[in-house]
Amino acid sequence: MGKKTIAFLLTGGCAGCEMALVDLADRLVDALEHLEVVWWAPTVADLKYKDLEDMPDKSIDLAFIDGMVRLSEQEHMVKVLRQKAKILVAFGACAALGGIPGMGNLHTKDEIFKTVYFDTFSTDNPDGVVPQTKYLVDGKYELTLPEFYDTVRAIHQVVDVDYFVGGCPPHHEFVAKAVEAIIAGNLPPKGSWITSGKSVCDVCPRNPANKGETRTPIKEVKRTIEGAPEEDKCLLQQGYLCLGPITQGDCGASCPKVGIPCRGCGGPIPGIKDFGARAISAITSLLKDEKTVEQLMEKYPTIAKLFYRYSLPSALINRRISR
Amino acid sequence: MSFSPNIVGFACHWCTYTGADLAGSLRCKYPPTIKLIRVPCSGRVEPEFVLEALARGADGVFVGGCHFGDCHYKEGNYKTSRRMMLVKKLLEELGFEPERFRLEWISGAEGKKFAEVMEEYTEQLKKIGPNPLKGGE
Ligand code: SF4
Ligand code: SF4
Ligand code: SF4
Ligand code: FES
Repeated sequence: MGKKTIAFLLTGGCAGCEMALVDLADRLVDALEHLEVVWWAPTVADLKYKDLEDMPDKSIDLAFIDGMVRLSEQEHMVKVLRQKAKILVAFGACAALGGIPGMGNLHTKDEIFKTVYFDTFSTDNPDGVVPQTKYLVDGKYELTLPEFYDTVRAIHQVVDVDYFVGGCPPHHEFVAKAVEAIIAGNLPPKGSWITSGKSVCDVCPRNPANKGETRTPIKEVKRTIEGAPEEDKCLLQQGYLCLGPITQGDCGASCPKVGIPCRGCGGPIPGIKDFGARAISAITSLLKDEKTVEQLMEKYPTIAKLFYRYSLPSALINRRISR
Repeated sequence: MSFSPNIVGFACHWCTYTGADLAGSLRCKYPPTIKLIRVPCSGRVEPEFVLEALARGADGVFVGGCHFGDCHYKEGNYKTSRRMMLVKKLLEELGFEPERFRLEWISGAEGKKFAEVMEEYTEQLKKIGPNPLKGGE
């Protein structure tokens, strides 16, 4: 059997997802016996976009994208890679859901530029320069920059995606399983998430259900900055807003294991259309009364940034309405 | 032509939906702006339903449930109340006017109240105009 050709493209992400691949260490080396990397940019190989554009269509067996789409350049490369690849995987929370940078959808492009190019403490910009898509140097050399779109999109909002993998970044143990499944051709139907199908609660050692205890209403909402949670006890039960009940647990409950509430990076468990809306439903079902809800709103001034921490671009209403 | 809002309403079968029926048999007048969807309890209304209605262009979303103490399933409406507090906050964070969403407790005997609420809500929505997501403002 010939080697499968694979490609990686980093778009609007931090490269943490690629670190998760590197974390596979010797297992990645083993996998490379079956795989031939034909494109890995801009992070790893010194390749130009043109090199990818010149490849024949559908010549790459398997392509991974990590990162969301905010710039015209990212949009272009995502479309090119889609054309070249037989199977396209949206790898990690940014690609699959919009991710942390997706919270930018609560702001307009103008607000973001104002903060970044004018208001931050370290900015010194007396001439009020902001990025332009075209600039003429010496009246003859035209320089270009990509366009910065008003809205962040997840990859499936730009092109067809065959598989989704959650996590910010995906847990390396799970990546190993996913890569093995892909090599073996042992894949779910197109358009699905590659996941164990279990929630974070299902795999969490703090889960009251696994200890034969029942959940009781939450009387007080707490933030993690207010003190260390008790060992072994469910974080949600202690008032820390853990989103484990509705999040895919392919990380093996990494956060609750070390006392940090789940924020949903694994993506929604199957059947959920809108992560943030379902998070509201799950959390308020457990809050004792309206007073506790008021307390939540006082402690979290922008609830969208809590409930859509990783998923605003893929929500039913995926950005703040600008007038 | 004056703007006539499109309201999607979720009404509890045990109270508000019966109230709407009563409004009809009492021949109370209210505008034809509301499209009522019957739910077994206001607690069945997922925040996703509200968001989806707005995402698909409803000008207003209404949820009607039983008065506290009267929920057929005891606690459903308390849960609705807590849930919808956060839904309201979320909608405002997403840039909607607070009037886009309205929660009311209307019993099966309050046909008149149902008609009045619909009349008033329709007027409110007429003032603020169409759902900004529909574009063409
Ligand atoms: S999902 Fe997380 S780790 Fe991956 S690119 Fe986005 S921010 Fe980085
Ligand atoms: S809510 Fe959080 S802490 Fe509690 S069982 Fe679920 S994942 Fe664990
Ligand atoms: S516990 Fe939640 S936030 Fe933490 S890694 Fe797992 S899915 Fe992500
Ligand atoms: S039965 Fe009417 S609100 Fe629950």
